[in-house]
Amino acid sequence: MFPDFSNPADWLPWAFASLMGLSILVYVVLDGFDLGVGILFPLADRGEQDRMIGSIGPFWDANETWLVLAVGLLLVAFPMAHGMILSQLYLPVFAMLIGLILRGVAFEFRAKARDRHKALWNRLFFVGSLTTALAQGFMLGLYIMGLVRTQDTYFFAALTGIFLAVGYSFIGATWLVHKTTGPLQAKALGWARLSLWGVVSGIAAVSLTTPLVSDRILAKWFSFPEILWLAPLPLLSAALIAAIWIMLRRMPFAGDRHNWLPFAASSVLFALAYVGLAYSFYPFVVPEQLTIYEAAAAPESLMIILVGACFVVPVILGYSVLAYVIFRGKATELRYE
Amino acid sequence: MEALDTLLLSRIQFAANISFHILFPTITIALGWVLLFFRLRFAWTADEKWMAAYRFWVKIFALSFAMGVVSGITMSFQFGTNWPGFMETVGNIAGPLLAYEVLTAFFLEAAFVGIMLFGFSRVPGWLHITATALVAFGTTLSTFWIIVLNSWMHTPQGYEIVDGVAFATSWWDIIFNPSMPYRFAHMMLASFLTVAFLVAGVSAFRWILGERSREVRAMLKTGVTIAALLIPVQIYMGDMHGLNTLEYQPQKVAAMEGNWETGPNVPLLLFALPDEEARENRFEIGVPSGASVILKHKPEGVVPGLNDFVAEDGTPQHPPVMQVFWSFRVMVGTGMAMLALSWTALAYMWLRRDRHEGRVAGHKLAVEGLPKPLLWALVPMAFSGWVATLAGWYTTEIGRQPWLVQGVMTTEMAVAEVPAPMVMGTLIAYLAVYATLLIAYVGVIAYLARKAARGRDAGADSMSHSGKAQVAALTPAE
Ligand code: HDD
Ligand code: HEM
Ligand code: HEM
Repeated sequence: MFPDFSNPADWLPWAFASLMGLSILVYVVLDGFDLGVGILFPLADRGEQDRMIGSIGPFWDANETWLVLAVGLLLVAFPMAHGMILSQLYLPVFAMLIGLILRGVAFEFRAKARDRHKALWNRLFFVGSLTTALAQGFMLGLYIMGLVRTQDTYFFAALTGIFLAVGYSFIGATWLVHKTTGPLQAKALGWARLSLWGVVSGIAAVSLTTPLVSDRILAKWFSFPEILWLAPLPLLSAALIAAIWIMLRRMPFAGDRHNWLPFAASSVLFALAYVGLAYSFYPFVVPEQLTIYEAAAAPESLMIILVGACFVVPVILGYSVLAYVIFRGKATELRYE
Repeated sequence: MEALDTLLLSRIQFAANISFHILFPTITIALGWVLLFFRLRFAWTADEKWMAAYRFWVKIFALSFAMGVVSGITMSFQFGTNWPGFMETVGNIAGPLLAYEVLTAFFLEAAFVGIMLFGFSRVPGWLHITATALVAFGTTLSTFWIIVLNSWMHTPQGYEIVDGVAFATSWWDIIFNPSMPYRFAHMMLASFLTVAFLVAGVSAFRWILGERSREVRAMLKTGVTIAALLIPVQIYMGDMHGLNTLEYQPQKVAAMEGNWETGPNVPLLLFALPDEEARENRFEIGVPSGASVILKHKPEGVVPGLNDFVAEDGTPQHPPVMQVFWSFRVMVGTGMAMLALSWTALAYMWLRRDRHEGRVAGHKLAVEGLPKPLLWALVPMAFSGWVATLAGWYTTEIGRQPWLVQGVMTTEMAVAEVPAPMVMGTLIAYLAVYATLLIAYVGVIAYLARKAARGRDAGADSMSHSGKAQVAALTPAE
């Protein structure tokens, strides 16, 4: 599980795999909520839509930067794996990129274009967000299937695509519960309650399939004492799901107190599911084909990046938090003023 | 054949993606600084016209920034989807440079752009100014890192090859590789020129539409002045850049000059159709000994010729001549047009400064001095920076072929084994999306300009000459 810390060639790939894993997780939670808001977009009316946009406006760009960091780390730390994974996923990556392009620009265009074009940009914002989520889920599914491409794996990947889109809608809805009030908040609560079941089925489906695909993972999960590592994950997740369900039923609380709780709890839920996956695949970066040690770049180059990262990442976290603090509170319609 | 098709298509796709991407950084890099200038002028003078200028351009900045970000994400995935060989061979060098770009520049821009765009009424004035400055600084820093990498690909040093993989030996040499200072300066200037002409062109458009506000005057003067000041610097920088290229990539310069035989008294060609089969130019029109004078500063200076770069068996080791030759001419031609136009405009504004309406003391330039045809000429030039920048990148990049990293790996070595029809399909889709977005982008800028001009007509002109009374209501720190 843990590397030999006296040998850079051993612990550097491990450190970079952890960093990359962390930035994917941060990306999934952060861009997850703003993609989710995009997916829920058509369900709201016009005035509400402007507030939904307002709730993600100052953040979405920084959120997407975590994706750039994640793919950058894959690129720089595991050059061999990077080419293998991305050229295998050529089409879903393409679909995701087109989705990201459409939603990113639609977001800006809708605020500036003439009125009769606004509806078109709204639609593109939704389509782009949905496409991105579906494509990412599809890639996740194929990755779990060991990047093997057959009819069955495609079917599974399509399913994970849908689950991830629902998952993003769920975390997006909890974000809206936090950032909005009144009828829109009530609607968001409804969306969250509904999509929670999608999340539960998604986690269940992935957890059931993963060990079936690989004997290695099966062995890893159910051998003693490793099973002790894993056991807390499903238990904690189940407890969290129950807590979220109860909260969502009772909210909004008097005085709109604790409106951030569902979002926080969902983030933890996402993190738990993610840790479970990461645990299963470690130490492979290309499932069953290439470990992080085989794929890693030269230790000297990794060291250069790591030293820089140690200085810069705390600063990044600092000013990212600053942005969330400045734009805390309920969302209003966005203005460039 | 299959591999070649994939190679060609991947190249076209990469070129399409990066050409689309670079259009928007070119604007945001300099526009960030120009916005900081507007913002600071407002903070110092409390003159509302600077804030109006800021508000107008910040919208275009936001739009350009979003276009830059999403097309940039496409870029970083391209390495893996289409060019896996690139990272596998030079990843130890390209990797840290790209990582530093993400860590030091992208996060900085992305976090503070939110505060810059939407924080005006939420944060104190100093913080808003700081955020604007940090965004401008961030775009410049990201230019620096990516240009370091790109320049290293043209003039690599500070590395060694072990088992076909590049390892860094000196990061100092890698970062300060010979062409980096020239390319960085040339690109920064290109960006400022692009924005100067964009600001001047859009303001001229608003003026033609009948808007006579103080902010339009201020913006038009700012744009024309920046352009007139920087274009000579750019031409000088371009010349230096060319001399540097002559030293490190002579085959590229030979292609830019359309020169086949090494020798003295090489003419500066104004027009020619290079023919690679016949290895000569058709329809040559040139200035005798011009190229020798520019490159060697004397008529009998020896300029390298393309025929020196042909392998024993006759396969050319130099870039395709026609493309490099003509891209170079488009860039330089646009540069000359920029010089002529900006200086003429500045001269008119200065010579006819007494025409300034209202004649407030201290005005050194008057927009009223600009003749109609000159105003009309500024409008299409709004996007001239794009033309020159793309032409410049085509010169540089096509001029490096067949190398991907000069002397280290060829483009062919890097390409992914993705089936050609798949690349074809995605290429067509990208092109369709890009074409649509470009039309929408230019359309929205024109629409915003019209809307601003119309807003004035409809009586919102109250701020235009009544200065002080308005200002009191809006303190800079607001
Ligand atoms: C001369 C400058 C320049 C050049 C040659 C490039 N870029 Fe760029 N890029 C920028 C200047 C820039 C910028 C000004 O910094 C942008 C524009 C908007 C922004 O957010 O940053 C940007 C954005 C941007 C982003 C989005 C960053 C974010 O999420 O905030 C990525 C991932 C890239 N770029 C990647 C690339 C790659 C892989 C390139 C080359 C192959 C490349 N860029 C060429
Ligand atoms: C931003 C401005 C840039 C533009 C407009 C540009 C344009 C181009 C063009 C037109 C080609 C194709 C040349 C040919 O096939 O004949 C090319 C190739 C390439 N460039 Fe650049 N380039 C830019 C910057 C960069 C940067 C910053 C990098 C590296 C980080 C880069 C890396 C490459 C690579 C990997 C290729 C190989 C693909 C190919 O040869 O087609 N380029 N570029
Ligand atoms: C008019 C005189 C100019 C000269 C003599 C000149 C010269 C050059 C040369 C020699 C190169 C190729 C560098 C290489 O070998 O790789 C180049 C590239 C380039 N030029 Fe120019 N240039 C001029 C004007 C302009 C203008 C007006 C712009 C834009 C507004 C511009 C933008 C660029 C860009 C973006 C590149 C590619 C990046 C680089 O390699 O620096 N140039 N220029």
